[in-house]
Amino acid sequence: MTEKNTSLPAHLYDIRKKVEGYAREYGLDFYETIFEVLGFDEINMVAAYGGFPNRYPHWRFGMDYERLSKGYEYGLSKIYEMVINNDPSYAYLLRSNMDVDQKLVMAHVFGHVDFFKNNFMFRHTNRKMMDQMANHATRVRRYQDRLGVEPVEDFIDRCLSVENLIDYQSPYVKRRADPAPDEEEKRQVAHGFKNEREYMSEFINPPEFIQEQQRKLDEEQARAKRFPERPERDVLLFLLEHAPLERWESDVLSIIREEAYYFAPQGQTKIMNEGWATYWHSKIMTERALEASEVIDYADHHSGTLATSEGQLNPYKLGVELWRDIEDRWNKGRFGKEFEDCDAFEARRLWDRKAMLGRQKIFEVRQHYNDVTFIDEFLTPEFCIDQKLFTFGYNEKHQRWEIVEREFKKVKEKLLHMLTNFGQPIIAVEDGNFENRGELLLAHKHDGIDLKVDYAKDTLRNVQTLWRRPVNLVTKVEARGIIYRYDGREHSDKKIDL
Amino acid sequence: MALKIKQDQARFRDIVRGRIKHNLKKYIQKGEMIGKKGKDFITIPVPTIEIPHFRFGQKQQGGVGQGDGDPGDPLSPGEGEGGGQAGQAEGQHTLEVDVSLEELADILGEELELPRIQPRGKDRIVSTRIRYTGISPSGPESLRHFKRTYKQALRRQIASGSYNYLRPVIVPVREDRRYRTWRQVPLPETNAVVIYMMDVSGSMGDEQKEIVRIESFWIDTWLRKHYKGLETRFIIHDAVAREVDRDTFFHTRESGGTMISSAYKLCRDMIAADYSTSSWNIYPFHFSDGDNWSADDTRVCVELLRGHILPAVNLFCYGQVESPYGSGQFIKDLKESVGPSENVALSEIADKDGIYGSIKAFLGKGK
Repeated sequence: MTEKNTSLPAHLYDIRKKVEGYAREYGLDFYETIFEVLGFDEINMVAAYGGFPNRYPHWRFGMDYERLSKGYEYGLSKIYEMVINNDPSYAYLLRSNMDVDQKLVMAHVFGHVDFFKNNFMFRHTNRKMMDQMANHATRVRRYQDRLGVEPVEDFIDRCLSVENLIDYQSPYVKRRADPAPDEEEKRQVAHGFKNEREYMSEFINPPEFIQEQQRKLDEEQARAKRFPERPERDVLLFLLEHAPLERWESDVLSIIREEAYYFAPQGQTKIMNEGWATYWHSKIMTERALEASEVIDYADHHSGTLATSEGQLNPYKLGVELWRDIEDRWNKGRFGKEFEDCDAFEARRLWDRKAMLGRQKIFEVRQHYNDVTFIDEFLTPEFCIDQKLFTFGYNEKHQRWEIVEREFKKVKEKLLHMLTNFGQPIIAVEDGNFENRGELLLAHKHDGIDLKVDYAKDTLRNVQTLWRRPVNLVTKVEARGIIYRYDGREHSDKKIDL
Repeated sequence: MALKIKQDQARFRDIVRGRIKHNLKKYIQKGEMIGKKGKDFITIPVPTIEIPHFRFGQKQQGGVGQGDGDPGDPLSPGEGEGGGQAGQAEGQHTLEVDVSLEELADILGEELELPRIQPRGKDRIVSTRIRYTGISPSGPESLRHFKRTYKQALRRQIASGSYNYLRPVIVPVREDRRYRTWRQVPLPETNAVVIYMMDVSGSMGDEQKEIVRIESFWIDTWLRKHYKGLETRFIIHDAVAREVDRDTFFHTRESGGTMISSAYKLCRDMIAADYSTSSWNIYPFHFSDGDNWSADDTRVCVELLRGHILPAVNLFCYGQVESPYGSGQFIKDLKESVGPSENVALSEIADKDGIYGSIKAFLGKGK
């Protein structure tokens, strides 16, 4: 047990020791976790900084801080719990919370840290991000000292506009082929003009001319090669490698990119991660840590966490229910061919083979899945009905949001769509030398939903300031192909066939 | 300790106020924070700036929700709008808390920097009103707070081990009892009436009415804070005007033409019949899309305003909601004719984001 953690007041230190002990007994495996007790404005600051005590200066952190502080002042909301993926992990407790809350938060936090440490999505993340963020802050401050606040901040604004154009899968797969050991391409040889009289050749095709022709041919061939070779989903990387950025600009862009990759897995495992932490805090609290006098406050706050509202999924609720469902199914042996093939309703309902594999299964799942695969594999029709899931959409005729369907397939499809690529459009660099004019061509892989056009145009404008040459975006609007172009002065668009 | 983030906050505020970085101005959005008042959702104006991203148009997207209801049932207002956005929040978790109407009014006043209203008439009688503001372990039985007492008893019984979940009987003892305590707040003994008038001709769509509904909610909230008794009356008009109840007011749709003077006539008669100028503070609010039948009718309107309405009221407000059909001429006519008067506030409301600006225009006069 850690002795470093002396900042914790004695009674919290005792609570922490107990809760940590329980968590370990249940088999949770986490990094050393340092709890800090903060006042509300400090915790709001840390929250605005995404959990870190130190970030580069930028107004959007101020915006988040303002929103959080106002929410707190007006009594609309307060931060309950915050933890960052780091080794050692840091977690924050709000000073004014009751002890029972602190207990709950600690149990919850150990769940998160266990998840950070073991889930495969987090394998590549920098576990010394605390230091790295501080380095980033120092670097950006240095640029601001040299160049002034405004230009650096403006540049960051533009980078943030494209920060979601990263390849969320790239840390887990190999996208680019290794540089081939110079696979010989057939070089085209210049022959010059046709010439039957050999003695004339020096005059009809002088060596300089042949050389010139050869050079042109080579150039042509190089151009014909696609650039990038295959569509590049990591647009930020492409810009870093190929856009004519200044040294400091490419450093700032690489900072934004690095941080985006660091935060990405948290977004991609939100349901699992929150569900996992909730599962464990409820287990630890109700089975071990809770004292009789604390039951009511615990129940009150726990139910607040799991409250659902119609139009928004609560990842805590969906997550914890799914985890419990998995545990239950594997405890009862409700899986595998025999169970799947059983279509007698009553037999299915009462199915219990006493397999007792639940605990083992959920630990396995927390290691090898992310939200997409989690939902894809474990969302069942029964669960969908139990949890009253539905899809909703906007009804143009009634001008309101309405419940659309409750059918399992549709709900699952929609859910997966929301989670795929973070619920964001898939956009890749198609061509870095579009129309042979050094223009950039981005392509939106249209899957039934149009882009928000005004935002797309403004984003395009930001891309242009990074690429310097005109930029294009090909997409579909109302099922018709269209190319948007921004050349640095004005927008234009043109219909095309896709 | 001065927090590092205060610098970022100061910069953000400067952007919002338009002092620096004008290129971001168009991304400033208002009305973001959502609170809950009973079952109603209310938003508190907190400006945010959204840096543009490539993202989906929302209305095609939809999402997945959880709860009761059949296909085709509407979601509560305010729901669904955040649909489909898998946020990048870093494992932080917030809790929603209820706010009272009174607090809401304070928040509104603070955000929009609204002045306190000065009721008319020098002989203002100030009375006191009792507001229940806290909980105390002693007090008269009539003020016993049942829920808190019960909770306290439950807590004690669980802690002392005398709670039996098979027979969950809770017996409060003396120490468990909790009582409401109160505070006396001074309240000016003045009455006010708000007369809402709205154009319900075909050109006012649902979106326009929604704007009027939100705006009237805030106006009510604000005025109620300043007056003891607040009456509201509702007049709808197309070519003819009639008085209706609140529900009808927001849900009627007629198809006829528009004669604004009909509403103003009814308003004048209403004031003359029920509200003597000496004891009432009168607030007529009129909303339309700015289309009137004819220039002649507009002239009649101006005469009614000048001759009868303006001398009698604290403040006359006209809000023009932008609609694809309206010509928007009426506000220009008003501006020319009665615009300079002290107790007239005119405002154009382009869309929902314009509501707060418009409220400020109306109530910022402190009348």
